[in-house]
Amino acid sequence: MAFLAENQTLLSKIATSEQHGENSPYFDGWKAYDQDPFHLTENPNGVIQMGLAENQLSLDLIENWVAKNPKSSICTKDGVSQFKDIANFQDYHGLYEFRKAIANFMGKVRGNKVAFDPDRIVMGGGATGASESLMFCLADPGDGFLVPTPYYPAFDRDLRWRTGVQLAPIICKSSNDFKITQKALESTYENAIASNIRVKGLIIANPSNPLGTTMDKETLQTLMRFINEKNIHLVCDEIYAATIFNTPEFVSISEVLQEMEQDPTNRVNRELVHIIYSLSKDMGLPGFRVGILYSYNDHVVSCARKMSSFGLISSQTQLFLASILSDEEFIDGFLSESSKRLAKRHLTFTQGLEKEGITCLASNAGLFVWMDLRTLLKKPTFDEEMELWRLIITDVKLNVSPGSSFHCDEPGWFRVCFANMDDQTVEIALKRIHVFVNKGRKHDRTTMNNKKRKSFQKNLRLSFSSRLYDEAAMMSPRTIMSPHSPFALSPLVQART
Amino acid sequence: MLSEKVVCNSHGQDSSYFLGWEEYEKNPYDEVKNPKGIIQMGLAENQLSFDLLESWLEKNPQPMAFRNHNNQSIFKDLALFQDYHGLPAFKNALVKFMSEVRGGSVNFDPNNLVLTAGATSANETLMFCLANPGDAFLLPTPYYPGFDRDLKWRTGAEIVPIQCSSLNGFRITKSALEEAFKQAEKQNLKVKGVLVTNPSNPLGTSLSLHELDLLVNFISSRNIHLVSDEIYSGTVFSSPSFISIMEVLKNKNLMNTEIAKRVHVVYSLSKDLGLPGFRIGVIYSNDERVVSAATKMSSFGLVSSQTQHLLSEILSDQNFTKTYLSENRRRLKERHEMLVGGLKKSGIGCVPSNSGLFCWVDMRHLLSSNTFEGEMELWKKIVYQVGLNISPGSSCHCSEPGWFRVCFANMSEETLDLAMQRVKSFVDLMPKQNIQSYHQKLMNRNSRRTKSLPKWVFELSFHQREIVANER
Repeated sequence: MAFLAENQTLLSKIATSEQHGENSPYFDGWKAYDQDPFHLTENPNGVIQMGLAENQLSLDLIENWVAKNPKSSICTKDGVSQFKDIANFQDYHGLYEFRKAIANFMGKVRGNKVAFDPDRIVMGGGATGASESLMFCLADPGDGFLVPTPYYPAFDRDLRWRTGVQLAPIICKSSNDFKITQKALESTYENAIASNIRVKGLIIANPSNPLGTTMDKETLQTLMRFINEKNIHLVCDEIYAATIFNTPEFVSISEVLQEMEQDPTNRVNRELVHIIYSLSKDMGLPGFRVGILYSYNDHVVSCARKMSSFGLISSQTQLFLASILSDEEFIDGFLSESSKRLAKRHLTFTQGLEKEGITCLASNAGLFVWMDLRTLLKKPTFDEEMELWRLIITDVKLNVSPGSSFHCDEPGWFRVCFANMDDQTVEIALKRIHVFVNKGRKHDRTTMNNKKRKSFQKNLRLSFSSRLYDEAAMMSPRTIMSPHSPFALSPLVQART
Repeated sequence: MLSEKVVCNSHGQDSSYFLGWEEYEKNPYDEVKNPKGIIQMGLAENQLSFDLLESWLEKNPQPMAFRNHNNQSIFKDLALFQDYHGLPAFKNALVKFMSEVRGGSVNFDPNNLVLTAGATSANETLMFCLANPGDAFLLPTPYYPGFDRDLKWRTGAEIVPIQCSSLNGFRITKSALEEAFKQAEKQNLKVKGVLVTNPSNPLGTSLSLHELDLLVNFISSRNIHLVSDEIYSGTVFSSPSFISIMEVLKNKNLMNTEIAKRVHVVYSLSKDLGLPGFRIGVIYSNDERVVSAATKMSSFGLVSSQTQHLLSEILSDQNFTKTYLSENRRRLKERHEMLVGGLKKSGIGCVPSNSGLFCWVDMRHLLSSNTFEGEMELWKKIVYQVGLNISPGSSCHCSEPGWFRVCFANMSEETLDLAMQRVKSFVDLMPKQNIQSYHQKLMNRNSRRTKSLPKWVFELSFHQREIVANER
């Protein structure tokens, strides 16, 4: 026993804690998918991955560009001479051409209403690395950050795990489409202070993951006033900025800052504002690990830049991106076409769901919908949500993400991704949902025990076989799948030299 | 307003190590445009063998173009690949390469390998896994200045030096290890392990079998970890040949024991292949809990899939890797001899070394006073008057003033030659009474040496070298 205890302390607390959060149900769905992944021809009855927020709709455009622009990958005879300088380049300032290209791209994505300074662009190991570094810069262990629910599950790991920072959730409700209210903001802040937590800032994702909605200008202004009043930081994760496919237009915090600064009575301090960005969603390049930290605070830029040593972007990748992002004509075309394809996919999917009587939160951005399945719950509890979720995975065979993993306050919401598959797969997914919903309607319509909840529940009883419980109990990963791995059938994973 | 980390100085970048770089940036040498500028000799980069890589790329353009060796585009798969387990083809090629670098004496299991954004990230991640804030790791001095940032800054871990002395070629001794452990205890620091760089930066020497044995025994008896940063393992250009800590464990039949689980290796392709820009770092551990935790942490700094693919193709070409490793070593050896010879002409000696991209140069006889102030004074003269950016020993936490790390693999032959000429001119112009004759100093030291330490301390290092040379 003593030996075991000894062994427990051999590793750090961080290493042995569960704070990496990878035991959350968010990742369980992947495990189920991993054991039985859908493939159109080889495994048509497998689990369809709808829990992965990837943008696979427009990669062909980039692939074509690559074929036409070999020099960007340093593989032509001319290009090879660049190899030495690029391979040797580890300056944590990053390639100037790269920073300039990113700054221009960011401006373009925001309709050129704001300009970004290349010297404020700091690299990070994906938005994951950039977010963590920013926390290290802004907060000490034990300090708190406010975050509106529902939020991206991996924030629990990225913002807290190694930094020791705490998160205080600002509860948002479906009754007002999950918008942040002044009241919720204030009360969360007060409660945190009352719990002796030193609140260092507020972090938002705009566009929101998992909601798929963009924040309106008024809300952003409210947030700006709030953080200035309390003298705390505002971190805006704008990773989905170019996934807007419908009105309202995207309003970046940078735009709000610029406007508010023009009126001196506003008393805004730009040094409190920081943006996290990445090319993983807008361009569909998560494998290239392009994380960006943009801060209006010189000290933060300087510190974060030093920290970027822990997650610099491969110079090979910097060069490639500097090249493609500088091709303005291509980029303009890409952004417009990508937006169109996302709009179309979103419409197809939401219309398909509506046919089954399933509604989603009205959204204009992101790679997913926030699906409302509250009416399918026997009781509005998270246990019921989990049951429904396991049913969806085992019976409907769709890996969707339960709202509880996003810390949603109300049970019954699910995030369903739609941009990481082809058209045929979407059709199949919709068919399966159709079958599932109709099966439920055919069953016995006994009334619910709890009369309180009658008002928002149809008289449905879901069918589920007893094998559901067996499977749930046996659901253990054969191999621990990375939550980010696209598909087990990827030739890259299968390949063995 | 901001965190402690922003306002503190533990990132270590105010140290002189980086100030020299700043001076160089302001006035960099260029053969044509700025022939009087400062020559960068503070950068441990391997620029000697790019041509080998370039010619491989010319013959194999597919990987750079996001194509596999069947010339099919795998762009989409690469673009989406963010699995923190890493590209299997890459890891398989990497473990073969790591084995090749060690002369086939050890085999590595790709499942125990974690990919990170450079060795910088690997070292930090290991600290996060092995040490709590306030815990300490023991490091032999002199050590790589970047460790102050990589091991301590965001982790809150502490470094306690294992003081090594020029009297025995800066070799690690049992008494130095024990003394360091005591020091840590005195400071109320819990020691979680020892971290060594083998081959050593800045010494350029590979650890002897005796030292490696000492280390294994030490961590075994104290129940602590051993991290072996083997980033320079492919730069060993002369005997004694490189002995990896993994080889020692294997030879002592310690693989699959609890001790082996506490030994972790860090590696990278930045020095051996000269690819620091590509950010390819590796953690190798026999403890699956460390592998598991480190793998999750690698999310904060994964290796770009584009780069993983390119390197998996390069490293899978075993004809190429064999040729590269041997040719690279040959060129390093040549260049090393040039530096050592050039310095010798100026009456300057180095610690005899067999690896690395630099020499540990002895300029104690050029100090105006045997103090670190004297060292700084000399260093400034060398930067501003001689026009060479070299790294002062104090930045490497050396306990004795007067030592400097001088790099030789990041410039052309002509530039190195010029650097040697500048040194000669500088030394020639120095007032003679300031320089004790080199031999006089050596004699003084020898007499002091026999009084303070038993002979076996330095005899051992030569003896062990003989044994090792015979074993191969």
